Amino acid sequence: MNPSPEKKAGEKMEHPGDYNENRTPVTLITGTSRGIGRFLARHYLGMGHKVIGCSRKPGDWSHDSYDHHIADVTKEKDVKTVLKAIRNSYGRLDNLINNAGIAAMNHMLLTPTAVVERVLNTNVLGTFLFCRESARLMKKHNYGRIVNFSTVAVPLKLEGEAIYAASKAAVVTLTHVAARELAQLGITVNAVGPTPIQTDLIAGVGPDKIEALLKRQALPRLGTFEDVANVIDFFLRKESGFITGQVITLGGV
Amino acid sequence: MSGNSETTLMATDRFRELVNIIITQAQELNEELEDKIDVDAREDAPLFGKEGILKSIELVNLIVAVEQAVEDQFDVFLTLADEKAMSQKTSPFKTIGALAAYIEKRMDEEMDQA
Repeated sequence: MNPSPEKKAGEKMEHPGDYNENRTPVTLITGTSRGIGRFLARHYLGMGHKVIGCSRKPGDWSHDSYDHHIADVTKEKDVKTVLKAIRNSYGRLDNLINNAGIAAMNHMLLTPTAVVERVLNTNVLGTFLFCRESARLMKKHNYGRIVNFSTVAVPLKLEGEAIYAASKAAVVTLTHVAARELAQLGITVNAVGPTPIQTDLIAGVGPDKIEALLKRQALPRLGTFEDVANVIDFFLRKESGFITGQVITLGGV
Repeated sequence: MSGNSETTLMATDRFRELVNIIITQAQELNEELEDKIDVDAREDAPLFGKEGILKSIELVNLIVAVEQAVEDQFDVFLTLADEKAMSQKTSPFKTIGALAAYIEKRMDEEMDQA
Protein backbone atom coordinates (compact mmCIF):
# COMPACT_ATOMS: atom_id res chain seq x y z
CA MET A 1 0.00 0.00 0.00
CA ASN A 2 1.06 3.51 -0.69
CA PRO A 3 1.37 5.31 2.62
CA SER A 4 1.16 8.79 1.17
CA PRO A 5 -1.65 10.74 2.76
CA GLU A 6 -4.48 11.83 0.48
CA LYS A 7 -6.19 14.51 2.44
CA LYS A 8 -6.36 17.51 0.18
CA ALA A 9 -9.62 19.39 0.11
CA GLY A 10 -11.81 18.52 -2.82
CA GLU A 11 -10.46 15.03 -3.26
CA LYS A 12 -13.20 12.50 -3.32
CA MET A 13 -11.04 9.42 -2.93
CA GLU A 14 -12.06 6.71 -0.55
CA HIS A 15 -9.22 4.24 -0.93
CA PRO A 16 -5.89 5.72 -1.89
CA GLY A 17 -3.26 3.49 -3.41
CA ASP A 18 -5.43 0.90 -5.01
CA TYR A 19 -8.56 0.22 -6.93
CA ASN A 20 -11.87 0.08 -5.16
CA GLU A 21 -14.34 -2.09 -7.01
CA ASN A 22 -17.32 -0.37 -5.46
CA ARG A 23 -16.26 3.01 -6.73
CA THR A 24 -17.32 4.34 -10.11
CA PRO A 25 -14.32 4.26 -12.49
CA VAL A 26 -13.39 7.62 -13.98
CA THR A 27 -12.57 7.26 -17.69
CA LEU A 28 -11.22 9.91 -20.03
CA ILE A 29 -11.69 9.35 -23.77
CA THR A 30 -10.36 11.73 -26.42
CA GLY A 31 -12.18 12.39 -29.68
CA THR A 32 -15.69 11.52 -28.49
CA SER A 33 -17.77 13.57 -30.91
CA ARG A 34 -18.01 10.78 -33.44
CA GLY A 35 -16.80 7.38 -34.61
CA ILE A 36 -15.06 4.99 -32.25
CA GLY A 37 -14.63 7.62 -29.53
CA ARG A 38 -18.32 8.28 -29.37
CA PHE A 39 -19.05 4.56 -29.33
CA LEU A 40 -16.50 3.95 -26.55
CA ALA A 41 -17.89 6.80 -24.46
CA ARG A 42 -21.35 5.27 -24.60
CA HIS A 43 -19.92 1.79 -24.07
CA TYR A 44 -18.22 2.77 -20.80
CA LEU A 45 -21.18 4.87 -19.68
CA GLY A 46 -23.21 1.70 -20.18
CA MET A 47 -20.76 -0.10 -17.90
CA GLY A 48 -21.34 2.50 -15.19
CA HIS A 49 -18.19 4.58 -15.67
CA LYS A 50 -18.00 8.31 -15.18
CA VAL A 51 -16.84 9.39 -18.63
CA ILE A 52 -15.07 12.60 -19.60
CA GLY A 53 -14.71 13.24 -23.30
CA CYS A 54 -13.33 15.92 -25.54
CA SER A 55 -13.33 17.02 -29.12
CA ARG A 56 -12.62 20.18 -31.04
CA LYS A 57 -16.31 20.82 -31.56
CA PRO A 58 -19.17 20.78 -29.03
CA GLY A 59 -20.67 17.35 -28.47
CA ASP A 60 -24.11 16.71 -29.96
CA TRP A 61 -25.09 14.13 -27.39
CA SER A 62 -25.23 14.05 -23.62
CA HIS A 63 -25.59 11.74 -20.65
CA ASP A 64 -25.91 12.31 -16.89
CA SER A 65 -22.51 10.76 -16.25
CA TYR A 66 -20.74 12.38 -19.17
CA ASP A 67 -18.71 15.61 -19.17
CA HIS A 68 -17.71 17.05 -22.52
CA HIS A 69 -14.83 19.47 -23.04
CA ILE A 70 -14.01 21.39 -26.17
CA ALA A 71 -10.31 20.84 -26.52
CA ASP A 72 -7.63 20.63 -29.16
CA VAL A 73 -5.46 17.66 -28.19
CA THR A 74 -2.42 19.36 -29.69
CA LYS A 75 -2.70 22.35 -27.32
CA GLU A 76 -0.97 21.86 -24.01
CA LYS A 77 -3.24 24.38 -22.27
CA ASP A 78 -6.38 22.63 -23.49
CA VAL A 79 -5.11 19.26 -22.28
CA LYS A 80 -4.14 20.71 -18.91
CA THR A 81 -7.57 22.36 -18.62
CA VAL A 82 -9.33 19.02 -19.17
CA LEU A 83 -7.17 17.27 -16.57
CA LYS A 84 -7.57 20.09 -14.09
CA ALA A 85 -11.35 19.83 -14.40
CA ILE A 86 -11.14 16.07 -13.76
CA ARG A 87 -8.88 16.63 -10.75
CA ASN A 88 -11.25 19.21 -9.30
CA SER A 89 -14.41 17.21 -9.93
CA TYR A 90 -13.29 13.66 -9.17
CA GLY A 91 -9.82 13.86 -7.62
CA ARG A 92 -8.66 10.92 -9.68
CA LEU A 93 -8.49 9.29 -13.08
CA ASP A 94 -8.58 5.53 -13.60
CA ASN A 95 -8.56 5.14 -17.37
CA LEU A 96 -7.35 7.12 -20.35
CA ILE A 97 -8.32 6.07 -23.88
CA ASN A 98 -6.25 8.07 -26.35
CA ASN A 99 -8.60 7.67 -29.28
CA ALA A 100 -8.36 11.07 -30.99
CA GLY A 101 -6.47 10.72 -34.22
CA ILE A 102 -6.48 11.69 -37.85
CA ALA A 103 -5.41 9.86 -40.97
CA ALA A 104 -4.03 11.04 -44.26
CA MET A 105 -3.82 8.88 -47.33
CA ASN A 106 -1.64 10.18 -50.06
CA HIS A 107 1.35 9.13 -52.02
CA MET A 108 4.25 10.60 -50.07
CA LEU A 109 5.33 12.62 -53.10
CA LEU A 110 1.97 14.33 -52.93
CA THR A 111 1.69 14.82 -49.18
CA PRO A 112 1.63 18.50 -48.18
CA THR A 113 3.78 19.60 -45.26
CA ALA A 114 0.72 21.01 -43.51
CA VAL A 115 -0.83 17.53 -43.53
CA VAL A 116 2.35 16.01 -42.11
CA GLU A 117 2.33 18.53 -39.27
CA ARG A 118 -1.37 18.04 -38.56
CA VAL A 119 -1.11 14.25 -38.44
CA LEU A 120 2.02 14.23 -36.28
CA ASN A 121 0.62 16.85 -33.92
CA THR A 122 -2.71 15.17 -33.40
CA ASN A 123 -1.54 11.57 -33.27
CA VAL A 124 1.85 11.87 -31.57
CA LEU A 125 1.84 15.14 -29.64
CA GLY A 126 -1.82 14.74 -28.64
CA THR A 127 -1.28 11.20 -27.39
CA PHE A 128 1.85 12.26 -25.51
CA LEU A 129 0.23 15.25 -23.82
CA PHE A 130 -2.73 13.22 -22.59
CA CYS A 131 -0.42 10.43 -21.38
CA ARG A 132 1.74 12.90 -19.49
CA GLU A 133 -1.02 14.92 -17.89
CA SER A 134 -3.16 11.87 -17.10
CA ALA A 135 -0.25 9.98 -15.53
CA ARG A 136 0.33 12.93 -13.22
CA LEU A 137 -3.18 12.51 -11.87
CA MET A 138 -3.16 8.71 -11.94
CA LYS A 139 0.07 8.51 -9.96
CA LYS A 140 -1.59 10.15 -6.97
CA HIS A 141 -3.44 6.90 -6.38
CA ASN A 142 -0.88 4.48 -7.77
CA TYR A 143 -3.37 3.22 -10.28
CA GLY A 144 -4.01 3.86 -13.94
CA ARG A 145 -4.78 2.30 -17.29
CA ILE A 146 -3.74 4.04 -20.50
CA VAL A 147 -4.77 2.70 -23.88
CA ASN A 148 -3.30 4.25 -27.02
CA PHE A 149 -4.31 3.72 -30.62
CA SER A 150 -2.06 2.15 -33.22
CA THR A 151 -3.26 0.71 -36.52
CA VAL A 152 -2.69 -2.26 -38.82
CA ALA A 153 -0.98 0.24 -41.11
CA VAL A 154 2.09 -0.03 -38.84
CA PRO A 155 2.80 -3.78 -39.17
CA LEU A 156 1.48 -3.88 -42.75
CA LYS A 157 3.59 -0.87 -43.77
CA LEU A 158 0.79 0.30 -46.01
CA GLU A 159 1.59 2.28 -49.13
CA GLY A 160 -0.11 5.64 -49.22
CA GLU A 161 -0.04 5.99 -45.47
CA ALA A 162 3.56 6.98 -44.84
CA ILE A 163 2.84 9.76 -42.39
CA TYR A 164 -0.18 8.16 -40.78
CA ALA A 165 1.68 4.88 -40.24
CA ALA A 166 4.82 6.70 -39.09
CA SER A 167 2.79 8.71 -36.55
CA LYS A 168 1.24 5.51 -35.21
CA ALA A 169 4.63 3.78 -35.10
CA ALA A 170 5.66 6.68 -32.87
CA VAL A 171 2.63 6.01 -30.70
CA VAL A 172 3.65 2.35 -30.42
CA THR A 173 7.18 3.26 -29.30
CA LEU A 174 5.76 5.85 -26.91
CA THR A 175 3.54 3.09 -25.51
CA HIS A 176 6.51 0.76 -24.97
CA VAL A 177 8.67 3.37 -23.26
CA ALA A 178 5.85 4.94 -21.23
CA ALA A 179 4.93 1.44 -20.00
CA ARG A 180 8.41 1.16 -18.47
CA GLU A 181 8.54 4.68 -17.07
CA LEU A 182 5.06 4.56 -15.56
CA ALA A 183 5.17 0.98 -14.26
CA GLN A 184 6.48 2.07 -10.89
CA LEU A 185 3.50 4.41 -10.56
CA GLY A 186 0.99 1.58 -10.92
CA ILE A 187 0.04 2.68 -14.43
CA THR A 188 -0.17 0.30 -17.38
CA VAL A 189 0.19 1.57 -20.95
CA ASN A 190 -0.97 -0.57 -23.87
CA ALA A 191 -2.22 -0.05 -27.40
CA VAL A 192 -4.87 -1.46 -29.66
CA GLY A 193 -4.26 -1.71 -33.41
CA PRO A 194 -7.56 -1.67 -35.26
CA THR A 195 -8.10 -2.80 -38.83
CA PRO A 196 -10.10 -0.51 -41.10
CA ILE A 197 -13.52 0.16 -39.61
CA GLN A 198 -16.37 1.85 -41.44
CA THR A 199 -15.82 5.34 -40.01
CA ASP A 200 -15.12 8.80 -41.36
CA LEU A 201 -11.43 7.95 -41.14
CA ILE A 202 -11.63 5.66 -44.18
CA ALA A 203 -14.54 7.39 -45.90
CA GLY A 204 -12.25 8.70 -48.62
CA VAL A 205 -10.51 5.42 -49.37
CA GLY A 206 -11.58 3.53 -52.47
CA PRO A 207 -13.22 0.09 -52.15
CA ASP A 208 -10.41 -1.58 -54.14
CA LYS A 209 -7.83 -0.37 -51.69
CA ILE A 210 -9.84 -1.55 -48.69
CA GLU A 211 -10.38 -4.92 -50.38
CA ALA A 212 -6.63 -5.33 -51.00
CA LEU A 213 -5.90 -4.38 -47.43
CA LEU A 214 -8.41 -6.82 -45.96
CA LYS A 215 -6.77 -9.65 -47.94
CA ARG A 216 -3.62 -9.19 -45.90
CA GLN A 217 -5.51 -9.93 -42.66
CA ALA A 218 -5.90 -13.51 -41.39
CA LEU A 219 -9.53 -12.59 -40.82
CA PRO A 220 -10.42 -10.61 -43.93
CA ARG A 221 -13.27 -8.38 -42.85
CA LEU A 222 -13.73 -4.79 -41.70
CA GLY A 223 -13.45 -4.35 -37.96
CA THR A 224 -16.30 -3.21 -35.76
CA PHE A 225 -16.43 -0.80 -32.84
CA GLU A 226 -17.18 -3.81 -30.64
CA ASP A 227 -13.93 -5.48 -31.73
CA VAL A 228 -12.00 -2.44 -30.54
CA ALA A 229 -13.97 -2.08 -27.31
CA ASN A 230 -13.31 -5.75 -26.49
CA VAL A 231 -9.54 -5.21 -26.51
CA ILE A 232 -9.83 -2.02 -24.48
CA ASP A 233 -12.12 -3.75 -21.95
CA PHE A 234 -9.34 -6.28 -21.42
CA PHE A 235 -6.63 -3.63 -20.94
CA LEU A 236 -8.81 -1.65 -18.50
CA ARG A 237 -9.65 -4.58 -16.25
CA LYS A 238 -8.07 -4.28 -12.83
CA GLU A 239 -6.89 -7.89 -13.30
CA SER A 240 -4.79 -6.67 -16.26
CA GLY A 241 -2.31 -4.96 -13.93
CA PHE A 242 0.49 -7.31 -15.08
CA ILE A 243 -0.02 -6.45 -18.74
CA THR A 244 1.81 -3.38 -20.01
CA GLY A 245 3.71 -2.19 -23.07
CA GLN A 246 1.67 -4.49 -25.32
CA VAL A 247 0.01 -3.86 -28.65
CA ILE A 248 -2.93 -6.04 -29.63
CA THR A 249 -3.54 -5.86 -33.35
CA LEU A 250 -6.93 -6.90 -34.66
CA GLY A 251 -7.76 -9.06 -37.66
CA GLY A 252 -4.82 -11.43 -37.37
CA VAL A 253 -2.24 -9.10 -38.85
CA MET B 1 9.83 47.54 -15.33
CA SER B 2 7.96 47.44 -12.09
CA GLY B 3 10.47 48.47 -9.47
CA ASN B 4 8.33 50.18 -6.88
CA SER B 5 8.44 48.85 -3.35
CA GLU B 6 4.89 47.53 -3.39
CA THR B 7 5.59 45.17 -6.30
CA THR B 8 8.85 44.07 -4.75
CA LEU B 9 7.06 43.29 -1.52
CA MET B 10 4.41 41.30 -3.41
CA ALA B 11 7.11 39.34 -5.19
CA THR B 12 8.74 38.56 -1.87
CA ASP B 13 5.43 37.36 -0.46
CA ARG B 14 4.94 35.16 -3.47
CA PHE B 15 8.42 33.72 -3.05
CA ARG B 16 7.68 32.90 0.60
CA GLU B 17 4.41 31.33 -0.36
CA LEU B 18 6.15 29.20 -2.99
CA VAL B 19 8.72 28.09 -0.43
CA ASN B 20 5.86 27.06 1.87
CA ILE B 21 4.19 25.11 -0.92
CA ILE B 22 7.42 23.26 -1.72
CA ILE B 23 8.01 22.51 1.97
CA THR B 24 4.50 21.11 2.33
CA GLN B 25 5.02 18.84 -0.68
CA ALA B 26 8.51 17.89 0.53
CA GLN B 27 7.08 16.90 3.90
CA GLU B 28 4.58 14.61 2.18
CA LEU B 29 7.33 13.10 0.07
CA ASN B 30 9.51 12.68 3.16
CA GLU B 31 7.07 10.10 4.51
CA GLU B 32 8.24 7.80 1.71
CA LEU B 33 11.93 8.72 1.79
CA GLU B 34 14.72 7.08 3.72
CA ASP B 35 17.01 10.08 3.30
CA LYS B 36 14.66 12.90 4.04
CA ILE B 37 14.68 16.42 2.65
CA ASP B 38 15.87 18.73 5.43
CA VAL B 39 12.76 20.90 5.47
CA ASP B 40 13.95 22.74 8.60
CA ALA B 41 16.62 24.35 6.45
CA ARG B 42 13.77 25.90 4.42
CA GLU B 43 15.17 27.70 1.33
CA ASP B 44 18.59 26.16 1.82
CA ALA B 45 17.38 22.56 1.93
CA PRO B 46 19.23 20.63 -0.79
CA LEU B 47 17.05 18.72 -3.24
CA PHE B 48 18.88 17.39 -6.27
CA GLY B 49 22.50 17.55 -7.34
CA LYS B 50 25.75 17.14 -5.48
CA GLU B 51 24.48 17.67 -1.94
CA GLY B 52 20.88 16.86 -2.79
CA ILE B 53 19.32 13.64 -1.57
CA LEU B 54 16.63 13.03 -4.18
CA LYS B 55 16.98 10.37 -6.82
CA SER B 56 15.55 11.31 -10.19
CA ILE B 57 12.17 9.55 -9.78
CA GLU B 58 11.72 11.23 -6.41
CA LEU B 59 12.55 14.57 -8.00
CA VAL B 60 9.92 13.81 -10.64
CA ASN B 61 7.40 13.12 -7.88
CA LEU B 62 8.27 16.33 -6.05
CA ILE B 63 8.15 18.50 -9.18
CA VAL B 64 4.80 17.09 -10.27
CA ALA B 65 3.35 17.60 -6.77
CA VAL B 66 4.70 21.15 -6.56
CA GLU B 67 3.40 21.98 -10.04
CA GLN B 68 -0.09 20.85 -9.14
CA ALA B 69 -0.05 22.66 -5.80
CA VAL B 70 1.15 25.90 -7.43
CA GLU B 71 -1.44 25.57 -10.20
CA ASP B 72 -4.19 25.18 -7.63
CA GLN B 73 -2.94 27.96 -5.37
CA PHE B 74 -2.28 30.58 -8.05
CA ASP B 75 -4.72 29.43 -10.73
CA VAL B 76 -2.02 29.26 -13.40
CA PHE B 77 -0.71 26.54 -15.68
CA LEU B 78 2.86 25.72 -15.01
CA THR B 79 5.37 23.41 -16.63
CA LEU B 80 8.55 23.34 -14.60
CA ALA B 81 10.52 20.79 -16.55
CA ASP B 82 11.73 22.46 -19.71
CA GLU B 83 14.81 21.91 -21.79
CA LYS B 84 16.52 24.94 -20.27
CA ALA B 85 15.96 23.69 -16.73
CA MET B 86 17.34 20.26 -17.52
CA SER B 87 20.55 21.65 -18.95
CA GLN B 88 21.17 24.64 -16.72
CA LYS B 89 24.52 24.74 -15.03
CA THR B 90 22.99 26.09 -11.87
CA SER B 91 20.16 23.63 -11.52
CA PRO B 92 16.84 25.14 -10.49
CA PHE B 93 16.28 21.93 -8.57
CA LYS B 94 19.35 22.29 -6.36
CA THR B 95 17.60 23.65 -3.28
CA ILE B 96 14.09 24.57 -2.19
CA GLY B 97 15.00 28.25 -2.57
CA ALA B 98 16.36 27.73 -6.10
CA LEU B 99 13.19 25.89 -7.04
CA ALA B 100 10.96 28.65 -5.63
CA ALA B 101 12.92 31.30 -7.54
CA TYR B 102 12.66 29.22 -10.71
CA ILE B 103 8.89 28.82 -10.30
CA GLU B 104 8.55 32.60 -9.89
CA LYS B 105 10.47 33.10 -13.12
CA ARG B 106 8.28 30.58 -14.94
CA MET B 107 5.10 32.19 -13.62
CA ASP B 108 6.26 35.61 -14.88
CA GLU B 109 7.07 34.12 -18.28
CA GLU B 110 3.60 32.52 -18.43
CA MET B 111 1.95 35.85 -17.59
CA ASP B 112 3.99 37.64 -20.25
CA GLN B 113 2.77 35.12 -22.82
CA ALA B 114 -0.86 35.43 -21.78
